[in-house]
Amino acid sequence: MTEQTIDHPVAQPVTDASDGTPVRILTHPGASVPLAFTQAELDWLPWLEPADEATLSERQFEGLVDRSRAKSDYFRLLVRDPDILRARTLTDKDIFYNAKDGLPRAERELAAAATSRFNGCIFCASVHARFATHHSKRHDDVQRLLDEGIDGEQDAAWRAVIDAAVALAATPSRLESRHLDALRAAGYDEQAVSDVIHSAAFFNWANRLMLSLGEPENPPGE
Amino acid sequence: MTDIIDQLAGLAPGGTVDALRRHRPATRDNAQASYDALFTHFDEAHASLAERAAIAQFVAILHDDVPVGEHYVALNRRAGDGALVSTIATLAAAARTTGPYGEYPADGPLAPESVVGPRFAVDDEVRSVLGERLAAALEHAHLLVFRPRESSVAALAALGDAGWSTDGIVTLSQLVSFLAFQLRVAAGLRLLTTKDAA
Repeated sequence: MTEQTIDHPVAQPVTDASDGTPVRILTHPGASVPLAFTQAELDWLPWLEPADEATLSERQFEGLVDRSRAKSDYFRLLVRDPDILRARTLTDKDIFYNAKDGLPRAERELAAAATSRFNGCIFCASVHARFATHHSKRHDDVQRLLDEGIDGEQDAAWRAVIDAAVALAATPSRLESRHLDALRAAGYDEQAVSDVIHSAAFFNWANRLMLSLGEPENPPGE
Repeated sequence: MTDIIDQLAGLAPGGTVDALRRHRPATRDNAQASYDALFTHFDEAHASLAERAAIAQFVAILHDDVPVGEHYVALNRRAGDGALVSTIATLAAAARTTGPYGEYPADGPLAPESVVGPRFAVDDEVRSVLGERLAAALEHAHLLVFRPRESSVAALAALGDAGWSTDGIVTLSQLVSFLAFQLRVAAGLRLLTTKDAA
């Protein structure tokens, strides 16, 4: 996702953990943190030290799945636990990119963006709103989701996707049969309804990692 | 081998929802592989099985999902300190609320959307039973479950102070966040299944 390096972070050693490995917290006092939802490309700054790119093991490269992800601070932080990263990444790729049938790509990204909007993940929402716009060519509808929120006006099909994603994002889940019926009424088949559930559910995983392990930053010059 | 989401969602082999899942084998297999990486085959150096099971029980009960709750209670009973099962059940039931909520920066355009809610903290008496590491992990889990947008550097520092390593914090974050996914897939597919029965 992000392709940037840590820009003069301030490391604050907190303590020595029980296994003797110090936890170094990274803060970014000079960062320009976005305060609103946007489709612009953002950077992401880690609050914990990513693994050292130079010493990644073969198992860690397997965890990254795509070797190019070794350039990303986010994935190099997650690769500290390579097995769950690998399984998470392969789950992510199939839910979003295996689109020869079922829910179209645009609506998968819409479910991800709506979930991120509702949970409050500005970084995730920026990426997936941009993807939703790319696949749907409906920039203004996507921007309305970001600006006005989950209740902003949408057509019936997008309304059904957003409502289902938001209901499922609540804790505890508020998803009901009527949400699934609304998706069917909008023309989605059972595979597509299952895809809405998976796309939305997955972003409850992704949002929590992005929100809790670092922060978004406006790119230089913005 | 039992598929954990089939089990948690109560999916019948050969049913329509089973067929939908089998049409996406990479999703099905890697959701299972995720569960296995966190709870079945893993390195205990930075987060023990007892800790993982206790945190999972807490998170499942916070979501008020009975079948998933029962699964992780059973896991904790098998894997963890049996004496903690009832302590965590009581703690989680009392800490249950509805989310997501949380404050946005007061000087930003999202401030009108701020929703203030409980910030769970383990009291001293329970902390002495759980230990610092587990108490801090449950506080962080509650943050991730209900108010992830209030995540902060300070929350990670609290985990470090309680003895969690950087690798351990990554695993803990993945575990709680994965459960947020697994619980929702199970809940959603359970609803799809009710159509089978109708």
